[in-house]
Amino acid sequence: MAQLLQHLINGLAAGTIYALVALGYTMVYGVLKLINFAHGDVMMVGVYMGYATAFALGRDMRSSLLGVAVVFAVAMLGCALLGFIIERFAYRPLREKPRLTALITAIGISFALSYGFQLDIGFLPGAAPRAFPEVIEPVEWLVIGDRDVVVWNWQVISFGIAVTLMVGLQFLVFRTRFGRAMRAVSWDHRVAALMGIPTDRVIALTFMLSSALAAGAGLLYAIKDTSVSPLMGLYVGLKAFVAAVIGGIGHVPGAVIGGLVLGLVEEFVVGYAASTWRDAVAFGFLILVLLVKPGGLFGRVAAEKV
Amino acid sequence: METPAIPAPEAGSAVPASLRGILPVMLALPVLALFQWLMSDAPFASYLLSVVGVNIILAVSLNIVNGMTGQFSIGHAGFMAVGAYIAGVMSLNLKEVALSFLPVAASDQVFFVASLLVGGLAAALCGFLVGLPSLRLRGDYLAIVTLGFGEIIRVVVQNTDAFGRALGLSGIPQTSTPAMVYFWVFLTVLVARRITGSSHGRSLWAIREDEVAAEAMGVDTTGYKVRAFVISSFFAGIAGGLFAHFVPIINPGSFTFVKSMEIVVMVVLGGLGSTTGAIVAATFLTLLPEGLRSLFSVLGAEGSLAQRVDQIRMPVYGLLLVVLMLARPQGLFGTKEIWDVLPRWIPRKRKGLA
Repeated sequence: MAQLLQHLINGLAAGTIYALVALGYTMVYGVLKLINFAHGDVMMVGVYMGYATAFALGRDMRSSLLGVAVVFAVAMLGCALLGFIIERFAYRPLREKPRLTALITAIGISFALSYGFQLDIGFLPGAAPRAFPEVIEPVEWLVIGDRDVVVWNWQVISFGIAVTLMVGLQFLVFRTRFGRAMRAVSWDHRVAALMGIPTDRVIALTFMLSSALAAGAGLLYAIKDTSVSPLMGLYVGLKAFVAAVIGGIGHVPGAVIGGLVLGLVEEFVVGYAASTWRDAVAFGFLILVLLVKPGGLFGRVAAEKV
Repeated sequence: METPAIPAPEAGSAVPASLRGILPVMLALPVLALFQWLMSDAPFASYLLSVVGVNIILAVSLNIVNGMTGQFSIGHAGFMAVGAYIAGVMSLNLKEVALSFLPVAASDQVFFVASLLVGGLAAALCGFLVGLPSLRLRGDYLAIVTLGFGEIIRVVVQNTDAFGRALGLSGIPQTSTPAMVYFWVFLTVLVARRITGSSHGRSLWAIREDEVAAEAMGVDTTGYKVRAFVISSFFAGIAGGLFAHFVPIINPGSFTFVKSMEIVVMVVLGGLGSTTGAIVAATFLTLLPEGLRSLFSVLGAEGSLAQRVDQIRMPVYGLLLVVLMLARPQGLFGTKEIWDVLPRWIPRKRKGLA
């Protein structure tokens, strides 16, 4: 029983992080109908930015509340800028082209980022994973029984941050002018432009927002995993993408639920079966969901018109 | 879509009847035998040529799904893995068996072909399984399912004792020869080209250009998509089997997402839908790192630079995809074949519509 509870907690903690990354996929897919394959790699770049900032701050500074805030702010702003650049130069010129071209471009950017960061030329970090500095010092927050169930403070903190960001995003999308513009662009960007919505600006802002979210989520992941490597973007990004699709891509609460479900499924596979099967189970689960509901759990399949 | 540039159907009359049957195969065999004889004392060159050949098979076969059918598949390395492992395991078990009425070398080749075929068929079965979800999924979703299948295959291989887990298989008899590889290259290209010209191929092009419209016109879209997947994965499995029989060791690390993407880059660079484009791109992209490496070592640049070629290759592939999509989204040749693009120094007869 205690073991089950512990797995549940670990699964939820992992799931919130997937959910946060998945939100970025869902937002971009919502406005552009583009699977932004490079999302995970933007996240990875953000984690390296946070890593560099944490080192620049020094040991005493980075474990203070201000230090943590600085690390997150630098990574998120940096990633927002990166997202803007990618959108402006790689996706915008292709907006009126077939969707496949943009997908291929996204894969290209993903490869350029993740393998580019593996080089050890100049400031690039090289392929080896590095230990992420202890930005949040791990403390056992809640211990039940004789260490049967342990809840760590970073689990609670990341759960809190994740929930705050999700609620904030839901508010942004459904209660603000910008959110309404986003939904309009998502519905039909040409008509939205005719109605006076600055489509380009809305899309760019959505990209920046999703990239900043990715950076935040990536830092939480790095704190949990205590390591950072150029390939983390490929794997975490892929998992988060799976989460987004399970929930129904383009659906904000769907991404969150998909992330939580995926986190739990993976945790239970690792806990009760074998950890080496984790990736296969994640994808198997995805295929199963898609076969039963082709639009994901909460998504709708739009009828295609000729 | 942009203005589609579908090649004019090669009406039956365009290819002489004599070339449509078994004749091309008969013509190719002596050429390959000669080729084999020429290559017999250059192990590195024949290794390199084999790699090029395997990549050509992979690119041309992926082109049937990605280029001709327009179903974006990004898990091709998975099918290659199936072929490589099944053929490898079979060859390992048949290593000691010999057909007594044949010379040893010939008997080896018989078993080699048999295990290739078994590997190819196993891969085709997997292709059938991957093709089935295309009943319900389109576009991006199908791409993700193929990616998932590729990863699942890799994880399954990694966890199966018979396949040597993460260590992979070693000791597979090295029976593959460049002639054998190029025989399969030849067959793959022949099949791909014959598909383009056939009514089957026209249906695939129709699905590529507009799936809904194709369905409305009475094309059995699901059936054709599944068949394209089956054919494509069969040849990917063959390529895997060939690969397993000339590299000393195969392990799950050879068949990751990265390998799939390499093949996608080849197809996209050559032009989605162009068989000759896929061949040219596969050859170019396989030889380029080797060329650069030997160039750097000849120039005497720091030893590290020559070793870095492999490191630099992947980011360059990524940027290549981006630049290509921005500048020339249809790839080098688009849907055209190389002889439509090159200057026409060979006078050609044109019949009917061009």
